Amino acid sequence: MALLEVRNLQARVEDKEILRGLDLTVKAGEVHAIMGPNGSGKSTLSYVLAGKSDYEVTGGTATLEGEDLLELEPDERAAKGLFLAFQYPIEIPGVASMTFLRTAVNAVRKKRGDEELSTPDFLRFVREKAKELNIHQDMLKRPVNVGFSGGEKKRNEILQMSLLEPKMCVLDETDSGLDIDALKIVADGVNRLRAKNRGFLVITHYQRLLDHIVPDVVHVMAKGKIVRTGGPELAHELEAKGYAAYENAA
Amino acid sequence: MPAVQETVERVKSIDVDQYKYGFETKIESDRAPKGLDESTVRFISAKKNEPEWLLEWRLEAFRRWKTMSEPDWARVKINPIDYQDLYYYSAPKTTAGPKSLAEVDPELLKTYEKLGIPLREQEMLAGVAVEGRSKVAVDAVFDSVSVVTTFQEELKKAGVIFGSISEAVKNHPELVRKYLGSVVPVTDNFFATLNSAVFSDGSFVYIPKGVRCPMELSTYFRINERNTGQFERTLIIADEGAYVSYLEGCTAPQRDENQLHAAVVELVALEGAEIKYSTVQNWYPGDSAGKGGIYNFVTKRGDCRGNNSKISWTQVETGSAITWKYPSCILRGDNSQGEFYSIAISNGHQQVDSGTKMIHLGKNTSSRIISKGIAAGVSQNTYRGQVSAHRKASNARNFTNCDSLLIGDKCGAHTTPYIEAKNSSAVFEHEATTSKISDEMLFYCRQRGLSAEEAVALVVNGFVKDVLQHLPMEFAVEAQKLIAISLEGSVG
Repeated sequence: MALLEVRNLQARVEDKEILRGLDLTVKAGEVHAIMGPNGSGKSTLSYVLAGKSDYEVTGGTATLEGEDLLELEPDERAAKGLFLAFQYPIEIPGVASMTFLRTAVNAVRKKRGDEELSTPDFLRFVREKAKELNIHQDMLKRPVNVGFSGGEKKRNEILQMSLLEPKMCVLDETDSGLDIDALKIVADGVNRLRAKNRGFLVITHYQRLLDHIVPDVVHVMAKGKIVRTGGPELAHELEAKGYAAYENAA
Repeated sequence: MPAVQETVERVKSIDVDQYKYGFETKIESDRAPKGLDESTVRFISAKKNEPEWLLEWRLEAFRRWKTMSEPDWARVKINPIDYQDLYYYSAPKTTAGPKSLAEVDPELLKTYEKLGIPLREQEMLAGVAVEGRSKVAVDAVFDSVSVVTTFQEELKKAGVIFGSISEAVKNHPELVRKYLGSVVPVTDNFFATLNSAVFSDGSFVYIPKGVRCPMELSTYFRINERNTGQFERTLIIADEGAYVSYLEGCTAPQRDENQLHAAVVELVALEGAEIKYSTVQNWYPGDSAGKGGIYNFVTKRGDCRGNNSKISWTQVETGSAITWKYPSCILRGDNSQGEFYSIAISNGHQQVDSGTKMIHLGKNTSSRIISKGIAAGVSQNTYRGQVSAHRKASNARNFTNCDSLLIGDKCGAHTTPYIEAKNSSAVFEHEATTSKISDEMLFYCRQRGLSAEEAVALVVNGFVKDVLQHLPMEFAVEAQKLIAISLEGSVG
């Protein structure tokens, strides 16, 4: 059984059709990249999978390990193991990052039927993961994403990803706004999380991220559909030739 | 378990109308006939065996009250109150002076148990001081008459007087006579004047010179008798160099009728004294259609009468259908300080008009106001504050920060500051923000596994953190839970 199975998915925002019959299958252990021109619906796909309320699904299915995702609340999807690394992580004033992480970890653990982590266990867990991502303790004391640099925000997303131990990770333009050093740290963080029982969907506009997170499968998305699928070499081809060929393809 | 999750579980365990304190205790009452005239005032005074001077004081207030009309400047809509349709005195019959817990009506003890006040309940009702834990003495006010007074011995050793104001009238008439009405004059305002005429009971605290009160003092108010106006009168005096921290927590059973609560709290801080007054208020706010609920029209004022004195108000207001409340400081003494930390939450059909007054009279006085208003549902939440410097109040300083948080798009938050400086050396700062819990923020939290309620609780607790940290520890934990409970159902 595929980890993530998307069939003929159609969705719109207000009156605008954005996804127009998208098919996608990600097996456990695989890393898929979705590339495509601006406005092709890449971010919409990530929001629809995560259950953002402004997006209305008008047709098709999406399942995680065979379970209908579209029927679930956003937090239930998270508990089932779907994680979305946001392109623009949200600031939460007044809430210390550490508090946020702990609340999230325990909320998810509880929904999965696991014991909540004790404070010392949690702190150990966070410190270990934070260190791998070069995140300072000071950053965890600051309010969630408030005043964080672009790099700090993205590293914080990957930290959350590693703490919540998801099955299916969707990264929405995680490379945007990152310099090369920050990009490496983030990519290393993702690579460390690659595992036999975990799938990745890496959404990006540029090939450069895929030099660091090498995908098994590359898809080209245009006008709300997957229009081409290939291996890692497809990313290089796109980098060389651009998206012009796909702008009018679908 | 983190407070947020615990909160959510508590919220889920609440049934009808989200109000967990809506039960009624069956105790026989001894009450004055319905309505208000001079004979009611005399009835109350006689019931309490009051001295002649106090009866006269009440009667003067009553005569004055008849000439006054309700204030109409607050941003609240009030259904007309029929003052002749209320009972002005009600006492549980079993309270002919219980000397120990064993004599207390078990129904009363059960009521407090249901309130679910953990630590304090065990200690106060059992009267046991647990080693190593902060002790809290409780003068439990059931409707109008104090029934349980604990920790008396230890307080007595320190010379602290803590008990009901009725007892104080008997045992310390010189103190009561000297200070009663000296901060909130009999003629102050409609509700305070009404209170002066008919106050039933309340707490009295006196901390002698140089004494640091050995424990936090606490009172639970509870309105239980149907149609009983609640007219508490509290008087706290910190003599020179004294310190006291006083906690007040309120809950009330569910009612269909609106219940009027017009309390008066007076604080007097003499030279070098400090009073910290904290309130968590969770009276019945009315049902989801806006029916019922408490009218909370309270006059709270502190007088920094001596030089170098300090008064600090901290409040968490989550309940009541209508809140009209402005705990204030008169900074009379030179170098005196006033503080006001407030969290006011309105949900459903609640209306809140609350804030503070900082009246700078002495030299080098300073004040600080941190107000956090949270509006959800179709509620209206107004901060109203006055900061003024008298002509002679040189070097007066004030810092005001007033933030509003909106949840949903049918509620309102309003900020009405009055700032008046008659001395050119005054420095007054005012900051205000209004923000909204956005769908983006909620979605982000929910993508990380938090339910909608957990997400709101987390964001709101972040918003109010600056104020929560000014509450005594165990109160802060309770307040945090209360905040989440109050906002249950505000999203989704």
